[in-house]
Amino acid sequence: MNEYSGSEILLKSLLEEGVETIFGYPGGSIMPVYDALYDYQDKFHHVLVRHEQGAVHAAQGFARACGKTGVVIVTSGPGATNAITGIADAMIDSTPIVVITGQVASAALGSDAFQETDLIGITLPITKWSYQIRRAEDVAWAVARAFYIASNGRPGPVVLDFAKNAQVEKTTFNYKKCNFIRSYNPYPNIDNSLISLAVNMINNAKKPLLIFGQGVTLSGAEKELKEFLDKTDIPAAATLMGLSALPSDYKNFKGMLGMHGSIASNIKTNECDLLIAVGLRFSDRITGTVSTYAKQAKIIHIDIDAAEIGKIIPVTLGILGDAKTVLSRLTNGVKEAKHTEWLQTFEEPERVEYEKVISPEIYPTEGPINMGEVVRFVADASQGEAIVVNDVGQNQMLSARYSKFAKPRSLVTSGGLGTMGFGLPAAVGAKIAKPTRQVCLFVGDGGLQMTMQELGTIMQEKIGVKIIVLNNTWLGNVRQWQELFFNERYSQTRLQNPDFQQVAEAYGFGHQRVIERKDLGDAVEKMLADPDQPYLLEVCVVEEGMVMPMIPPGKGITEIMLNEHEWYSKS
Amino acid sequence: MDPLFTVTVYSENQVGLLNQISIIFTRRNLNIWSLTVSASAIEGVHKFTITCRTSQKQIEAVVKQIEKKIDVLKAFYYTNDEIIYQEVALYKVQTENLLDSNDFEELVRSSHAHIMEINRTYTVIQKTGHCEEIQDLYEKLIPYGVLQFVRSGRVAITKSTEEKVSRFLAERAEVGRNVN
Repeated sequence: MNEYSGSEILLKSLLEEGVETIFGYPGGSIMPVYDALYDYQDKFHHVLVRHEQGAVHAAQGFARACGKTGVVIVTSGPGATNAITGIADAMIDSTPIVVITGQVASAALGSDAFQETDLIGITLPITKWSYQIRRAEDVAWAVARAFYIASNGRPGPVVLDFAKNAQVEKTTFNYKKCNFIRSYNPYPNIDNSLISLAVNMINNAKKPLLIFGQGVTLSGAEKELKEFLDKTDIPAAATLMGLSALPSDYKNFKGMLGMHGSIASNIKTNECDLLIAVGLRFSDRITGTVSTYAKQAKIIHIDIDAAEIGKIIPVTLGILGDAKTVLSRLTNGVKEAKHTEWLQTFEEPERVEYEKVISPEIYPTEGPINMGEVVRFVADASQGEAIVVNDVGQNQMLSARYSKFAKPRSLVTSGGLGTMGFGLPAAVGAKIAKPTRQVCLFVGDGGLQMTMQELGTIMQEKIGVKIIVLNNTWLGNVRQWQELFFNERYSQTRLQNPDFQQVAEAYGFGHQRVIERKDLGDAVEKMLADPDQPYLLEVCVVEEGMVMPMIPPGKGITEIMLNEHEWYSKS
Repeated sequence: MDPLFTVTVYSENQVGLLNQISIIFTRRNLNIWSLTVSASAIEGVHKFTITCRTSQKQIEAVVKQIEKKIDVLKAFYYTNDEIIYQEVALYKVQTENLLDSNDFEELVRSSHAHIMEINRTYTVIQKTGHCEEIQDLYEKLIPYGVLQFVRSGRVAITKSTEEKVSRFLAERAEVGRNVN
C-alpha cells in the first residue's frame, strides 16, 4: 500500500469529510501541512487570513451561515493562542469547527521548545474535544472523530494539536468515517412518556409562550417550529441566537427576548402559564434576575444537552432530545388551538414599544442619524434576503432588533462570548459559505478596529462583503452603561478614529461616508448594487445613541427602561 | 457546612481525563476533598472517586457537566448513606516509644488496625475505615510520636442493586453493533 505523510493524510481526511474551504495561516510548526497543501490547491480553497483569531471567526461565520463544520489550520504557540478567542466563542455558541494547530515534535513536548504551548491544557475547558496527534497513524482516526464530535449532538469546537513529527512521518491511508463513540451519545432516545406529559400541559395551557434559541437552527427544526406554532397558535419569541429560525414577519413571532428584547416577550414570560423553551440555555441576558424569572409558569425545557436542563431555571418538565424530533412529535400530539385573547394582551406592550422606542429610533425626522435607522434602511433594501453579520455592542443589538429575516441562518452574531472583533472575519466566512447571498455586516468603529486587518482577506479573496460602519466615535455600549449606571463617568470610551474612507480606499473597496439623513437611502442602494464587490459604508451616527428598551443588569425581566428617564409600566 | 458528596466517574482510559474532570470543579471554585483514580472492574474503563463539599444544586450541575465530556462514560453523585466507603491510612511511629507502652497493643486491636512492618527505628501501622476513625487513631498515636501519617482518598461502592455502568456499556455496545 502507498504511504503518505501525516500532513497529506490530514488533507486526504479533510477531503473525505467533504471539506472544501480552509481558513488558515501558516507558520513554523505547521509547514509540512502547508507544503502538502501546495499539491492540493485545486481541491481546497484556502483562505489566507491576516490573524489567527480571524481564521476562527471566519470558520464560525462559515459554519453558522451554511451549517457545515468550519475548518481552521494555524501554527503552534502564538498561532494557536491567537485562535483561543474564536474557540471559546464557538464553544459557548455551539458552533461546529475543527481547529488544527501545529505543535512541536513529540520528542520536544514539555521542553519549552520554540513556539511550544500546552494547547491541550489551554483548550480543554473551551472545546468539546481536544486531542494531540503524536503519530501519523492516528491522523485519520483523529480527524474522523473530530468531525463527528464537532457536528453531532450539541455542536462545538474541536482542537487537533498536530505534532510536527506526525506531520512528517509516513504511513498508509485508510479512512473510516466515525459514526459511533461508545462514551458519547449525541442523540439520546426521546422519552415518549415525557412527550405525552408535554402534550397535556400544552393542551391545557391558557396562556402559553414558546421561547426558542439556536437549538432550532442547529437541528434544522425551522419547519417543525413553524408547524407547531401554526397548529397551536402559541406566540413565540427568540433569543439572540435563535433569531432568523422563524421569519420576522411570522404572525405569532413576538421578537427577541432579554436585556434589549421586545417588551412584550419579556413581560409575557412573567405572565404566561406555560413556558416552552426550545434549544436555549437560559442565559443571564435572557433571564435577568433568575429569582423572579417565570415563577408563575410551568416550564418545559427541550434541549439536546442534558447538562442544560435545570442548570439555571428549575423546570417542570425537561425533555432531552433534538428540537426537530421533539417539536414534530409534539405537533402530532397537540390539539389545534386558538389563543386570540391571550395574543391580544401582547398588543399593549407592543404599542408602547413602537411609540416610545421603535418609531423614534428607526423613523426619526430630525437630528443626527440613528443606528437603528441605518439598520432599517438596509433591512428595507435587502428585503430579508441578506445574511446579517454583526459585531458586539450597540450595533449588534440594533441590527438584531431591526433586521428583517426571511430565511433561516440569516444572523451571524457572537452571542455567549460577546466578542468584539467577531463581525468582520465572521462576515468573510459567511460570504464564502453563501456567495450568492448579500452579506451585510454591522460593525461599530471600535469593533472594526479590533480585527480590521481582515479587510486584507476580503481584498485578496475579492468577496462582496458589505461593511456598514456605525461610527459614533465611542465604545457605544460601554458609554451607554457609563451614562446610565456609572454617573456619566466616561472612562476610556472615546475613540479617535482613522479616516475609514481612506482605509477602504487603501484596500480598493467601494466606499462612502454618510452624515445626512437624506443621503442614506441612496448610499445603501449603491452599496448593495453589486453583491460581488466589497463595500464600506460609513455612517456617522448620533454619538449618544442608546439601545432601548433595556432591562438593566441585576433587574428582573419586567423592569424595563424605555429611555434614560422612563420605565415601562402597564397602562 | 455543605454536605459531603461522593462523585464517581467512569471514563475511557485517555490522557488528560483527570484534567478534564478537575477543571469542572475548578471553574466553580469547588475544592476536591479527596480523589482516587484507578482502573475499574471493567476492562479498559477508569474510575474516579471524588469527594467534595457543596450544595445539591452545584453537585448535580457538576456531575452533568462531567458526564458531558466526550470520553466520560457515566458520572454519578451520592450522599454517604447511599454508599459503602473506605479509606486507608498508614502511620509511622517510633518503635522505642511503643516498646515502653502498656496499652499500644490494645490500641491497635481495638482500632482494627494492622502492623505492616516493625524494625528497630520505626513501626508502620495500617488502618482502613472512615475518615473520622482514621483521624481518631492518628490522635491516639500522637503521644507515641508519629513520624509520618498518610491517608488515601475514598473508595466507594454503591448500595444499589442496579449496575448502571455495566448496563450502559451493554446498551452502547448494542448501538455500536447496529451502526457498523
